[in-house]
Amino acid sequence: MYDEEELKPFECDGLSAYRKLPLAVALPESEDQIRAVLKICHEGRVPVVFRGAGTGLSGGALPYEHGLLLGLSKLKRILEIDPVARMARVQPGVRNAAISEAVAQHGLYYAPDPSSQIACSIGGNVAENSGGVHCLKYGLTVNNIMKVRFVTIDGELLEIGSEGLDAPGYDLLALITGSEGLLGVVTEITVKLLPSPVKARVVLAAFDDVGKAGQAVADIIAARIIPAGLEMMDKKATGAVEQFIGAGYPLDAEAILLCESDGSEEEVESEISRITEVLRATGATQIRVSRDEAERLKLWAGRKSAFPAVGRILPDYFCLDGTIPRKQLANVLKRIGQMQDTFNLQCANVFHAGDGNLHPLVMFDANDDDQLHRAEQYGAAILELCVEVGGTITGEHGVGIEKINQMCVQYRTPELTTFHSIKHAFDEHGLLNPGKAVPTLQRCAEFGAMHVHRGEEKFPELPRF
Amino acid sequence: MQHFQETIRSAAASQLPLRIRGSGSKDFYGARLEGDVLDTRSYRGIVEYEPTELVFTARAGTPLREVEAALTEKGQMLPFEPPYFGPDATFGGCIASGLSGPRRACLGATRDFVLGVRSLNTSGDDLQFGGQVMKNVAGYDVSRLLTGSFGTLGLIVEVSTKVLPIPDDEQTLRLEMNEKQAIETMNRYAGQPLPLSATCFVENSLYIRFSGAASAVSAARKQLGGETIDGKAFWQSVREQTHPFFSNSGTLWRLSMKSTTAPLMLGPTLIEWNGSLRWISVDADLENMQSAASKAGGYATLFRAQTRPKAIQYLSPTMLALHKRIKRALDPEGIFGPHRLHDEF
Repeated sequence: MYDEEELKPFECDGLSAYRKLPLAVALPESEDQIRAVLKICHEGRVPVVFRGAGTGLSGGALPYEHGLLLGLSKLKRILEIDPVARMARVQPGVRNAAISEAVAQHGLYYAPDPSSQIACSIGGNVAENSGGVHCLKYGLTVNNIMKVRFVTIDGELLEIGSEGLDAPGYDLLALITGSEGLLGVVTEITVKLLPSPVKARVVLAAFDDVGKAGQAVADIIAARIIPAGLEMMDKKATGAVEQFIGAGYPLDAEAILLCESDGSEEEVESEISRITEVLRATGATQIRVSRDEAERLKLWAGRKSAFPAVGRILPDYFCLDGTIPRKQLANVLKRIGQMQDTFNLQCANVFHAGDGNLHPLVMFDANDDDQLHRAEQYGAAILELCVEVGGTITGEHGVGIEKINQMCVQYRTPELTTFHSIKHAFDEHGLLNPGKAVPTLQRCAEFGAMHVHRGEEKFPELPRF
Repeated sequence: MQHFQETIRSAAASQLPLRIRGSGSKDFYGARLEGDVLDTRSYRGIVEYEPTELVFTARAGTPLREVEAALTEKGQMLPFEPPYFGPDATFGGCIASGLSGPRRACLGATRDFVLGVRSLNTSGDDLQFGGQVMKNVAGYDVSRLLTGSFGTLGLIVEVSTKVLPIPDDEQTLRLEMNEKQAIETMNRYAGQPLPLSATCFVENSLYIRFSGAASAVSAARKQLGGETIDGKAFWQSVREQTHPFFSNSGTLWRLSMKSTTAPLMLGPTLIEWNGSLRWISVDADLENMQSAASKAGGYATLFRAQTRPKAIQYLSPTMLALHKRIKRALDPEGIFGPHRLHDEF
């Protein structure tokens, strides 16, 4: 496709603040077609951007104006389910949730469950190393896939991983997972399936202080419990959610925790009583345990609708994705709160508390250029704060185009050089997703970030522009 | 650190290979051992450990037993149950070898728990990949690429791993059956919501370990029946390969494959990881073992041999070419453990 009208639906992904039209869009229907298209692009030195379901939040599938956008949406077949060996072989365009739906009859499921799971595709999950609310216990995409068929820019096909639990040579499966379409494209994925837990219950706990909620998270871990899910929301987020769907969250609480236990009847009963005990000791003002599946789903529905709920307060928001050491939680939330005045914008916080992954939602109106600008600055300041306290600029959404400058804050020249060397080993001419995920040293110099590492090094070797 | 940097820079300048080594407990593994030994053991100590963060950071030369002792004291563990293969095994060697023990199929491998690696490259640059947080997708996952690379891509100097609580209760069952029945049984139970933490088949016995809340463990034990045994010594002997099965062989093959693969009938076999890991003690060549493994979706490794082999694993021509490019990207001078993993890089 190359008519402007046909290209329009591909101008952005889930990060709609950035839009561009590609030169052309190709929607191949087979691996052979993908290989042929990439060979042509390689010979003609045409940049290629891959796109799954287009739900990514960091602009990783933002088209390149002089390049091809290669969409994987037509490759959406589940090729094989092996319930005994507990694996499924699927094409990259298969929706994340469709895998669990297809294998449910065998008492199995695919564990990573990003909040966009009804729409996002498994190929995109591999490209981003997507997480979800259950990854403290069950891991990320990288921990739940076994093997991929992988096509490089010159059309070469590789099988990476195996049907066993490891593979010969270097761990290339880990290297390509989360590589954001910079190294190649997956054309087939073998995922690991887990037995569905017999039972799950969730505890809702309310706190009159964010610090106490953070302490409760640490105390649960200290009590040697690894909950299946452990989520936190601040007052602004619960307020937005209650107006939106009425999940039954207490509105006077400064923070709420949702803590889920899953497993056998015995495991869940024993864990829930221990969790409740810990929460009571930490000073929760209210504790509610789901009595049935309907109540459990209702409590989760609030958390899962936090993003759209916030979207109703102001037309636009940036969803950030920093991860921090959990002990920094109260400090970081306080400083994010203070920055609301600095940038004159509101921010609600939802948080995968179990693994320290923060999703501040900075609200603004994109029609107001000044607000957009302030929101970008606010977001950047939050990410830099995450790095300052020992964390990372992205836990699960990827760098894409959105956090490209903050990569200069998190990494120094030698690490960035290593990334470029790896890129070069796969894609000598830099044709795959150019300008995303890993900034050039030149860009970092222009951005002017001065990363002081262990208080000693700056960027002495870099030219300034 | 300075000593390491100087050693690496001078080796790079004179293009002389370096063999990164902790206690040498995994020296038996690999095709060739080349170069002067760079001993990591002087760089030791726990850097940071806060049990409530579930993150543990230590220097590469720290003895693995000190790491495990510090974790045990706080009721936590390395979830991948790494083998030592020698009393003085180091933490760095454990990560660089990437080997995992009996718990692997149920909780995950070494690479699944590595959060961050600090390393030195051929120029002696001090690099930090990943970090001390549970989730980090900024940049390529170099920490996991270094894990299991046997010191061929750089010197790992410090590692952060995710740790987990030690389960409240553990019990082991023994059920008598043949290999075919054992493979079927392992796969059947792995597909059920049971608190499984390890399985092993050897000498007509299937061993199953349950871990977790006491109530859940005893419910599972009742459901399965069989004879309850003292599991601790048994699993330790599987983890460290001190079980009699491992003593009777010159050559030990490690075949990783689809868990449901029927008995291979290639020689005396010990099975782990719900059927997906087969230890076979037989004198054979790589081609034959690889062919058997690849038919089952996997691959073969020559794990231990009397004499050093030319190759321990087979890589297809395209994979080999990519491996060489990656090796060159991370170690352009080719000084880190050349030919340890493969004749050609």
